[in-house]
Amino acid sequence: MRDDSGLSRRRLLGLAAAGTGGLLLGGCDQLNRSPGFRSLLEGAEGLTMRSQRLLMGDALAREYGAADISPAFKANGSLGVTDAAYRAHLAQGFAGWALRVDGLVRQPLLLPLAALKGLPQRTQITRHDCVEGWSAIGKWQGPQLAAVLARAGLLPEARYAVFHCADVLGGAPYYESIDLIDAFHPQTILAWRMNDAPLTERHGAPLRLRVERQLGYKHAKFVMRIELRAALAGLYKGNGGFWEDRSGYAWYAGI
Amino acid sequence: MRRHGWPTRVWHWINLAAVTVMLMSGLMIFNAHPRLYWGEYGSNAREYSDPAWLDLTGLSGRTAFPGWATIPTDYSLADARLWHLAFAWVLALAFTAYLLWLLIGGRARRDLTPSRSELAPGHLLSDIAQHARLRFPKGAAALRYNVLQKLAYFAVLFVLLPGVIMTGLTMSPGLNAAWPLLLDLFGGRQSARSLHFLFAGGLVVFFVVHVAMVVLAGPFNEVRSMITGWYRLPRERGEEA
Repeated sequence: MRDDSGLSRRRLLGLAAAGTGGLLLGGCDQLNRSPGFRSLLEGAEGLTMRSQRLLMGDALAREYGAADISPAFKANGSLGVTDAAYRAHLAQGFAGWALRVDGLVRQPLLLPLAALKGLPQRTQITRHDCVEGWSAIGKWQGPQLAAVLARAGLLPEARYAVFHCADVLGGAPYYESIDLIDAFHPQTILAWRMNDAPLTERHGAPLRLRVERQLGYKHAKFVMRIELRAALAGLYKGNGGFWEDRSGYAWYAGI
Repeated sequence: MRRHGWPTRVWHWINLAAVTVMLMSGLMIFNAHPRLYWGEYGSNAREYSDPAWLDLTGLSGRTAFPGWATIPTDYSLADARLWHLAFAWVLALAFTAYLLWLLIGGRARRDLTPSRSELAPGHLLSDIAQHARLRFPKGAAALRYNVLQKLAYFAVLFVLLPGVIMTGLTMSPGLNAAWPLLLDLFGGRQSARSLHFLFAGGLVVFFVVHVAMVVLAGPFNEVRSMITGWYRLPRERGEEA
């Protein structure tokens, strides 16, 4: 009795071992290409976002002291913009440039850099975490996004703030989006100043979004226009951001 | 003889699958920036003045870990993160459930905590010597964990797995806002990333030794006991079949 079941178990174990080996050697890549399996993994992405939102509430990201600022701040992604209009503005210190705020707002705005500097400012020393794994600490200054959105006045259908950028990466314009929870978070600012100096081109002059509880690719550089939308579908490939469209990065980048 | 309870057997295989996926997708994530730092920040050892304590660039081709060791095989940080952050749920939930079962039933204390006499240097040394000569406990003694097994399983369950999970959470800017204490516990985000890698390395070392011991102790009997719970006692020396 035991010997019989032992034999079948022996075969079962052999099959299990062979199956495991096969899975490891090629199965993972096959699963990686399977739409069904990917949607299962993406389901976990939604769970991850909801759990983080539940745990963090409206908590603030840690703010550091001046002594903690890192000796270097790596610049990643686009390090510059080729667009002729942008280059002309850059040469004039963005004196004649204005941020456009439109979409689902009561009052579309054109906000010159001087107007953004004239709004109440928030200064924060925070850690920037790249999705690749590195971190840098820098000091950022600018108006809260909430103040800019309050001036424009959101229509009730508005759900997302989309940031259209001047840089083009691999042939596609860069853009990013956040929902209103992050848009109205006190540390979400439109930074024009970094480490006590105007933002350089490498770091996204004239304006860079800071959304401190998410990874670096959400912090759009070279922000030209903020569009309020009801949905992300219908915009480029519909995933809410350049890297989300191009590589399948998570739209919510809290981890 | 019955040896392993069903929660141990179920958790063992779920954990093996989850740790394997976490390790292989983790190596791909590491390839995106194959350098480790201590403290809060660290970005690029060569270009900037924030030196890495470990730089594995060029270990395999232009990157650190080769395609056969990573999920997916070809470079994709996005896909590796998709796998890693989904299987992290499997790993963490299965581990939490198993840990509760061990602690509430008193099993962690009874089966896994070495006694004072087992930890005496003489006893430890003689156990190490016996293992080194590949003489493993026979008869009824094989049903209980010996002190080296207890220490190894204790390290996995109470140091390496909790460590790898907690340092993983510490790398999340979202959870840093929710639980800033995590950053203080591990000495900063880049320290947590370094420790995450080291804890994972500890799990690999355990895996290699564990599999070697299973092979040496009789792989069929050992693997069967972890699947069905049924374990045939190794005969005492000199005892005939």
